[in-house]
Formats: sequence, structure tokens, C-alpha cells
Amino acid sequence: MNPLRDPRDARLPRVAGPCAVVLFGVTGDLSRKKIMPAIYDLANRGLLPPGFALVGFARREWAHEDFAQEVHDSVREHARTPFSEVVWRQLSQGIRFVAGDLTDPEAFAELRTTLAALDAERGTVGNHAFYLSIPPGLFPTVVSQIERSGLAERPVGAWRRVVVEKPFGHDLASAQELDAVLSSVFSPDEIFRIDHYLGKETVQNILAVRFANEMFEPLWNSRYVDNIQITQAEDIGIGGRAGYYDGIGAARDVIQNHLLQLLALTAMDEPLSFAPEQVRQEKEKVLAAITVPREIDAHTARGQYAAGWQGGIPVPGYLDEAGIPPDSTTETFAAIRLDIDNRRWAGVPFYLRTGKRLGRRVTEVAVIFKRAPHLPFASSSVTELSDNALVFRIQPDEGITLRFGSKVPGVAGMEVRDVTMDFQYGDSFVDTSPEAYERLILDVLLGEPPLFPQAREVDMSWSILDPILDRWAEEGQPDAYASGGWGPASAYEMIARDGRTWRRP
Amino acid sequence: MIRLEDTSGHDIAAAIASERHRMGSPTTGMVLTLLILTDEEFQADATAAAVASAREHPMRILTMVPRPGGDINRIDADISVGGDDGPGEVAVMRLRGDRSSHANSVAIPLLLPDTPVVAWWPGAAPKDVATDPIGMHAERRITDVSSRPDPLAELAIRRENYHAGDTDLSWTRITNWRSTLAAMMDRPVGTPESIVVEGHRHNASPILLAAWLSWALDVPAAVRPTDESGISSVSVNTTDGPLTISRPDGSMALVEAPGMPASPVALPRRPLHELIAEDLRRLTPDEIYAEALRTVPRVTIGNELD
Repeated sequence: MNPLRDPRDARLPRVAGPCAVVLFGVTGDLSRKKIMPAIYDLANRGLLPPGFALVGFARREWAHEDFAQEVHDSVREHARTPFSEVVWRQLSQGIRFVAGDLTDPEAFAELRTTLAALDAERGTVGNHAFYLSIPPGLFPTVVSQIERSGLAERPVGAWRRVVVEKPFGHDLASAQELDAVLSSVFSPDEIFRIDHYLGKETVQNILAVRFANEMFEPLWNSRYVDNIQITQAEDIGIGGRAGYYDGIGAARDVIQNHLLQLLALTAMDEPLSFAPEQVRQEKEKVLAAITVPREIDAHTARGQYAAGWQGGIPVPGYLDEAGIPPDSTTETFAAIRLDIDNRRWAGVPFYLRTGKRLGRRVTEVAVIFKRAPHLPFASSSVTELSDNALVFRIQPDEGITLRFGSKVPGVAGMEVRDVTMDFQYGDSFVDTSPEAYERLILDVLLGEPPLFPQAREVDMSWSILDPILDRWAEEGQPDAYASGGWGPASAYEMIARDGRTWRRP
Repeated sequence: MIRLEDTSGHDIAAAIASERHRMGSPTTGMVLTLLILTDEEFQADATAAAVASAREHPMRILTMVPRPGGDINRIDADISVGGDDGPGEVAVMRLRGDRSSHANSVAIPLLLPDTPVVAWWPGAAPKDVATDPIGMHAERRITDVSSRPDPLAELAIRRENYHAGDTDLSWTRITNWRSTLAAMMDRPVGTPESIVVEGHRHNASPILLAAWLSWALDVPAAVRPTDESGISSVSVNTTDGPLTISRPDGSMALVEAPGMPASPVALPRRPLHELIAEDLRRLTPDEIYAEALRTVPRVTIGNELD
């Protein structure tokens, strides 16, 4: 117990302990745009220890200085906090580079030497995190090299951690295979699965609103809630990610991890405490209660964006994007209905949808309430009143919207119309608060797993999605939808079958 | 910006509300009201710092500048709402003549309903801020002894009149030092035996740092006065040798511990708006500050312990 850390001392941030991060895939987009800037931002906020090192590994003829220059450039371009020469000097002294191929045992031997040297020179004391920012297909190679070169051996008191990014497989079988590879060398609490869509702030905000208040939870059930709509929409296409995206598609990319996690957080019962294990248990319970519609065709929709106009700009269709085969059947839009078989939610459909090249960029969870059982007004007074809704807006502008009916001011008579009340988490929340990646990386370095789904949750999510994906695989081409709108006609039809409509997010 | 002359607290409140309406956003997401009590010397910097920290804490900022004396008895106010500088609402009020002793009655109609109030004296502050008419509205009262001609005497006044909810920016200024020290002690280290802090002879921060360490580690502490500004170094002497942070140039510090390579750590002085933003993050009483303040008399000044 550190006597300088008093639990009442709210000013002191938790600073990561001494460690070295080995980054595989340093030349990738994610490394340059997210990971390296986030590491700098953590240093700038004073959250990295003096004994910190970053080791790049790639097939490049680079010296340490060349890699440091790469990091420098990415930080200059993408970091969120202002650039400080002093912080950079602190960080750059711990930057190293190891050149080599992922299959080359000698390169890993050199990596081991480099890490040992850092332990002595920089005081990283044998704590090493391996960040695999590489395609999952390469995991077995890297993991076995790590083991063979002795990098996974843990000196007494030191830790090893491995970080992988979503997607965690492309179906249940591949997810389990991937997990087997990682688990062969690392124990479950050493494996950190990062889903950068799901920031810690978001999770904590949803839990705070639900469980810190008295006025929402009593309504949070099938008696008052009509349906729940969870949307993640992007206005961009696949950009340069053709190689990653084609064959994966919207459901695997977003629904399996992000939307199912949001569903679990929205629908779960109150955990005994916010200890990671307790939250995970509640999430697992609700995931286990999810049922997939029997008639998958009637209650799901898949689409692929066609050429169109987006905000007044002409954009190409998915099949015209560079690197996409002209006969690709990958969906860029997916909508599914799920049900939860428990007392709280029986009869309340959960609609999940995600897509690219939609109307605008937005992620939200909308809890839509039932109509009042009786409206003591003339029917003409309430023609403009729709259902009450509580919306967790996740991005942009994280906040909460509450929609309810209110009298239209004036003497024209009693007329009720929808109004919305809006709360935003701080106006410039986005530049002052740590970005999702920073919090995720800090949690890795602190060894705090609360947000990271464990293998069981990943497997459960795939079990939900697999039957839908199997059915879709038999169907051929997804329905084309015009870019810039809200998805294919089949998505509207699917929800209309239930007598409901999509919210325009 | 709107200028109101010969006005009142009620009129200022109405002007803020009407400006909100004019901008089409009558509802606000303000989380607190910040009352700044200051003379002209500190007014501009304090208001600017508050406006900058309103990015993190959307708030209503009420700067009151009492200008006693003279024949003119009136209140003038400059109001701006949601400008380019930040999302907050700002009213800078000059209380002239006999109005200068009634800041409290000006403030009451301007406090946002049912949200926390923080009072900040960037310069001179009453002896007992908690029982001051303005301080009584606030759950958090922020002073800055470093703004006074004799910060150490001022620190004694804060200590003698401390109430839960008081805090001082000379304490906020050492958070990064404390955080770095705590990080050093996250690793196994020897048993602490004594503390030596080097810092400017008229600065309260080195004393608070020494007092905090002395309280937390339960060992004697000394401050070695220097003529360099701020804190120059801190050493926790342990049975295995000293843990030391030295910052000769005011920004880059060197961290040294037994068995560890010396490493550089960025420890720059932080601008005022970062300090105030940190203080607004938690509005519950800072009990650790209270402990450090209580321990101040046990810190030896100028006497080397090691």
C-alpha cells in the first residue's frame, strides 16, 4: 500500500507503472492516427511514468531516430493536446525501433535484447505490453514468436500483457480459434481486447444515468418501454479500408461488438457494484437472454450503398470503391431485431442498425416509451404528439435528450406537441477530456480490465450473430441503398412489420 | 458584450436571460456558479482563466470588483454570454461607493438555482472565507496565498481559519509533484526517514509539499529556502537512499531513485486556467489539503535534517 495514495485524495490521477509497450504494425493507420498520439497525450497529461518506453517493430530499415521521427510526425498531426517540447523530450528518450519480419526469429531475439536494455536504462523493470495492431491472421505468428523468443517469460513481480483490436474473429469458431492462440501464451487477465468505438466515458455515462438516479429505472421495463433503437451511422464510405472491410461487413464490424455492448449496458440489471467482474456478470446474463427472430428474413435487413449524393457531394457506390470486387456481397448496412427473454424485457423489441454512407454520423441509444394509456384531449390536440423518448447520444456531442409532449403556447386552444430537452456533457468535452484510446491504453498499462470484453462475452455475441450471418450468406446481393439516406427500403419494411418506425437520428 | 450602467443584480440576471433568448438558446447546461471577488489588479486574469476553464465546466462566472470610496454609488456590469472564448456566461461587475460592501446582495439573484456555488478570491481574501457573506453561499472556497505580499503569513491565516471546503491554489500547484512522487512510491522503496524540499523562501507551495509528505509518510520534513522561484527539488530520504525530483529550470524535472536510472519528466508550471479547472473538478471538501495544512507547523524551515 502506497502511503502517498490516500483514497480521499481525489486530485491525484492514477499514473501507470513503469513499463515498455511493444507496438507491432507501426506503419498502419491506427498506429499513426490513434495509438501513438494517444501515448503522447497520456504523457502530456502526466499519466505515464518516468520509466516508460515505446518500441516499434516493423519491416523497415529504420534506426531508433527514424522511428522517433515517425512518432513525432504522427503526434504533431494527430495528438489532441498541444505539443510540448519538454514532454516530447521525456517521451522520445524511451523510443526504440527493431527492424525485422514477423517470421524472423532473429528480429525477436533483438527485440528481447532491446527490452532488456530498456529495463536497465529506462527502468521499465520488466513490465512489457505487446500491442498487436496487425491483421488477426498474423496473431498466431507473432504470439508464437513471442513465446519462442522467451519474451513471454515473466520475471518475478513483472507483468506481460497483450492488446488486440476488434474484430475478435469473424464468427464464433474463428473467435474461439483466435482466443486459443492468445490463451496459449497469455492468461485471460493478460489479454486486453480493445473496442475503440466503446469509450469508457460512454459506458460510465450510461451506467451513471441509469443507476445513480431514481427517476429512470422504474420506467426501464416492458410496462413502459415500447421499443429500443440502437443506431451507429457513419456518413463516410469505407475509405481506404477495402482490404479490411470487404468480406467482414457492417454486422461483424459494428453489431457484434459495439451495438451488442450498448444493448447489454442499456438492458442489464443493476450490478452489485461497479467492480469489473460484477458488471461483466450482468452483461453476460442479458446477452444470454437474447433471442434471434425465428424468421430472420422478416426481421433483419442488409444493404450495400450505391452511388449517390451526400450532403450535396457526389459519392461512388460500394462496388465502385477501389479494391472492392464488382460482385462483392458484403453488406455496408445491417439492421436486426433482437428480443430479450426475461421478465423485464419480454415483448420489447431491440432494433439495432448500423451503416456506412448514411445521412449523418451519429451513435445513439433511443429508449422509446409507450403512448399514455389514455389521452384526455381532443384527438385533434395531440396529432403532433409522438412517443416519449429518452436518448443517450454517444456521438457526436455526447449527451442526453428527453422528448415529451408540451402545450403549444398561445390562445389558439389546447394543442400538444413534442419538445426536446437536451443535456450535453460539457461544451467542448471532446477536446478537454481524454479520448477513448487514451483511456483504453491507460487501463491496459494500469492492468484494469473493466471495459475490455472477455472471451466469454465475445463468444456470446458471436452466438447471437452467427445464425443471422449464416442466413444472409445464402442470400446473395444485399439491397442497394442510395448514399446519404438512412438505408434500404427493406429496413423500413422490417420495422413496419412490427407496426413501428425508425427514429430519424 | 452588453454594458449595463447603474444597474442591479436583478437587472443583470434579466439581461443574461434575455441575451440567452436572443441567441435562441434559453436553456443552459450550466453546472455551477463561480463567484470571483477581486480588485482590478487580478480581475482580468482571473476572469479570463475562469472563461477558459468553462470549456470543461460550463458555468456562470460572476466577477465582482468592489471599488469603495468616491461619491458615486452605483453598479456597472459588462455581460457576455457564450462568446468565442467559451460557453460560459460572464458578468464583470464594478460595485462603486457604498455598493462595494454589498456584493452579497448583488450575487443572490444571480446564483443559478440548485447548483453548486464556488467562490474564488484571486487576490486579497477575508480572514475567514467560510463565514464571509459571499463565502457562505459556496461549498468550495478558493484562495491564493501566493498573490499576497507575505504568502507564509497568509498561509497561517488560512490554517487558523480553515473550514471544510476551503482550498488554496498554492496547494493545486503541487498536484503534479505529488502525482510524480506517488508514482515513484508505487514501486517498492525503502522506509522513508525524512523529507527535504527546496523552494523559494516566500513561497507556500514548498511548505505544503513538505507538510503533505510529512503527514502521509509520518516523518519529519524540512524546507530549505532558496531564491529560485517555485519548488526546485524534493527528496524523500529512505533506508535505501533518496527518492529525488529536481527541477532546476522550471519545466523539465529529473527523477532519481535508488537502483533506477535517472529519468527526465515534464513538470511544467501550469497556467491559471488549468489550476482553476482542477479545483472545480471536485466540489467536496479536500481533506488531504486539510491534513497538509494542519501539518504545516511541524515543517522545519531552513534547518537541514539530513
